[in-house]
Amino acid sequence: MGSGSSVNVNYKYSLQKSENAFKAAVLIQRWYRRHVARLEMRRRCTWRIFQSIEYACEQDQIKLHNFFSYLVDHFTPSSSKERDFISRMFISGESFKEAELEKYCDYESMEVPDSYTGPRLSFPLLPDQATALLEAFKQKQQLHPRYVLNLLHETRKHLKQLPNISHVSTCYSEEVTVCGDLHGQLDDLFLIFYKNGLPSPSKSYVFNGDFVDRGKQSLEILIILFTFLLIYPNEVHLNRGNHEDHMVNLRYGFTKEVMQKYKVHGKKILKMIQNVFCWLPLATLIDQKVLIIHGGISDTTDLDVLEKIQRNKFISVLRGKKRKDSNRNVEIQEINRESKTEADPAEKEAAPSLFPQPRPAPAPSMSNRQEFSRWVRQTVQEQIEWCRRLVDISESEEEELTYSSVVSLTDLDGPCRTREEDWKQVLDILWSDPMPQEGCRANTVRGGGCYFGPDVTQKILEKHNLQFLIRSHECKQEGYEFCHSRKVLTIFSASNYYEIGSNRGAYVKLGPDLVPHFVQYQANKTAHTLTMTQRISRVEESAFRALREKLFAHTSALISAFKAYDKDNTGRITLSNWATAVESVLRLGLPWRMLRPQLVRSTVDGMLEYKSWLDDLAMEQRSQEHIQSSLLEVIYRNRSNLETIFRIIDRDHSGLISFEEFHQTWKLFSSHMNIELTDDGINDLVRSIDFNKDGNIDFNEFLEAFRLVKQSQ
Amino acid sequence: MAEQAGNGEDDAVAEIEKKIIEAFEVFDHECNQTVDVREIGSIVRSLGCFPTEAELHELLAMVEEEEPTGYIHLEKFLPVMTKVLLDRSYRPIPEDVLLHAFEALDENKCGYITKEKLVKYLTEEGEPFTQEEMEDMLSTALDPETNTVRYRDYISVMTVDET
Repeated sequence: MGSGSSVNVNYKYSLQKSENAFKAAVLIQRWYRRHVARLEMRRRCTWRIFQSIEYACEQDQIKLHNFFSYLVDHFTPSSSKERDFISRMFISGESFKEAELEKYCDYESMEVPDSYTGPRLSFPLLPDQATALLEAFKQKQQLHPRYVLNLLHETRKHLKQLPNISHVSTCYSEEVTVCGDLHGQLDDLFLIFYKNGLPSPSKSYVFNGDFVDRGKQSLEILIILFTFLLIYPNEVHLNRGNHEDHMVNLRYGFTKEVMQKYKVHGKKILKMIQNVFCWLPLATLIDQKVLIIHGGISDTTDLDVLEKIQRNKFISVLRGKKRKDSNRNVEIQEINRESKTEADPAEKEAAPSLFPQPRPAPAPSMSNRQEFSRWVRQTVQEQIEWCRRLVDISESEEEELTYSSVVSLTDLDGPCRTREEDWKQVLDILWSDPMPQEGCRANTVRGGGCYFGPDVTQKILEKHNLQFLIRSHECKQEGYEFCHSRKVLTIFSASNYYEIGSNRGAYVKLGPDLVPHFVQYQANKTAHTLTMTQRISRVEESAFRALREKLFAHTSALISAFKAYDKDNTGRITLSNWATAVESVLRLGLPWRMLRPQLVRSTVDGMLEYKSWLDDLAMEQRSQEHIQSSLLEVIYRNRSNLETIFRIIDRDHSGLISFEEFHQTWKLFSSHMNIELTDDGINDLVRSIDFNKDGNIDFNEFLEAFRLVKQSQ
Repeated sequence: MAEQAGNGEDDAVAEIEKKIIEAFEVFDHECNQTVDVREIGSIVRSLGCFPTEAELHELLAMVEEEEPTGYIHLEKFLPVMTKVLLDRSYRPIPEDVLLHAFEALDENKCGYITKEKLVKYLTEEGEPFTQEEMEDMLSTALDPETNTVRYRDYISVMTVDET
């Protein structure tokens, strides 16, 4: 070949090569971008799973009340023991007057031994004591109960002086830092202080509620926040969240944490905390322009009304369900009863309340069972009605007399507000969530508060001349999120909330220009060393584990749903029908077709053999093989409610209930849930934990046995 | 409520549509059947397609409004995407083809590509990576000790996750 053609060949060859390189690059890029998109989809699906499970749990509250209603309607106690047992579920704990509280939660007589090496607090508190506390908690030390109680007393004294709405102003050089939910995650608080500095005369903080529950160091967070509150009262501001409520704490872990850490004095500490929570301010205003509340607002929220209510009257904001067709959730809960309990009829005190608690008529003889039953039903019913009447809307229009009697006595000028209206103002502030659509409707997922739209936001901003709202209450992947055209900011400070790597936490700083500046973080070191793929996989694993447990808990319902698609009894259904069936049972609103590859590992001719799929799910709950699987299902499905019921029964928070009470609870529950549960079945349950302390059962251990162990623990 | 036994083809189409709607709704933040146009790529890809950027632009042209608003409506997206899935457009890339692609960039056939070379190819050739994309790929692919990408290992790591 001549030189000309060899140049051509070279030219062609290099052209070919660069074409190949181009093609190869396109291919790799194409493949890679697909991989990233798939990862993004998995990430979002994982998030959806966690959120829908979390909110489904909140619906448990509704189910719990159904259980109580059922008891009232169907159960006839056959002994005075049973009667006591039932009525205990409805009349929770005694409430104290001021002097009684001081006496009951007295700490001055408590001696602190020389052997105690933890921080010793003296009042008034000084900054170096705060740093000593921080250091002590870093070393995993525990504060002596005397100081805990002392601190709580002082905190309560201080909070009582504060108005319902705190006012903060940014002087020319000052910034305000706003933090959202912490949920007992002390590492996040440490991280915030590390990055942002401790509270000081030149560093203001607003903590927007939900300090406790879920995380394991709720008490330490409270102690630290209260300490700083007392040292820098002008710079530190706390808002109440929906978790600053002992009824919620029963379910979500704070009660348990306190009792585990303070076995002897825990009950006192919890009592004091109850009476501190109710005095927490409800909102904070920055420069009269930025409103900070924990949950949100509703179309009836009015700051002028909010300022006037007696916030301490609402020890718990949770209520039970109305019989009528209403979306409000109401729980039978007495609020700040002024009179003593019926246990002490001899020491009747003059009850300043408008509704003296009804004294039961003398019981008829037990020999006449029918009459006795009726009496019991009546007594319990009366108690419930009395509780209801204290705070509830009357069931019918005719009870106007009762209704108007609940007028707030302190509001002498201005329109008379009902207790009910005040309660709604508080409930909405603590429980509401924003929604993209316009309007305002009841928050049926949470069972309290509203979903509020951008129009509701706009109205309240105009009404009170505000610039925007800051709220928390909802976990956000990046730690914060705007909505309603940047008029509502959600700030969430508990990183890795669902699982390590699930989300960042954030706090927001506002200067005099009120322009928000965000700082994000993630408290777990290992989260940083993982690649994005690894992080997503890990969180995903956790989400799917939880989802599989949920599926297992609905095994019976799923089988029925699947069978409806398998009329010929082949044992198989299409994957499409699988997705539809699962959603109809679980109602989590999840994209099941997207999730299917992770949930269904094997198919036969594109069909699912559903029985063996469900068996595989059951296999994962290996630890409790000896328990009948339908019962296991019930436990898993209702674990949260069972726990709450046990805690309500366990008045002195010892963590123990008698075998009889355990037995009783199960019998009632199983009849309500329509399951066969023999005495043998109950004994099996008891044996599953394999202990019996003096005829008492440690229900914490019982419940632990039915909890999947989290890897991170 | 059991579905009626119908035309098999109709069922297949219905199933595809359900899948598309699910994927779409994952990115529909306002719950109003629209998604940000920048998320369309993620949606299409997570439905099992491997379009190039150019192909994606073509698809977008079909689903965008006459006056692009930055949002894509489900109404427009659904029929277009259904056809894509029925036609099996934008086929997946099999592992061996991917391997050949890496090998094409590995001139000396030594089993690895240096960091510099890979960065050059992927950020200058084809449909170039952004810096973010490049860094992200390197975070998993790069062997920090040798500063090279051993592509066989990388591919096997990546394909483990794939379903």
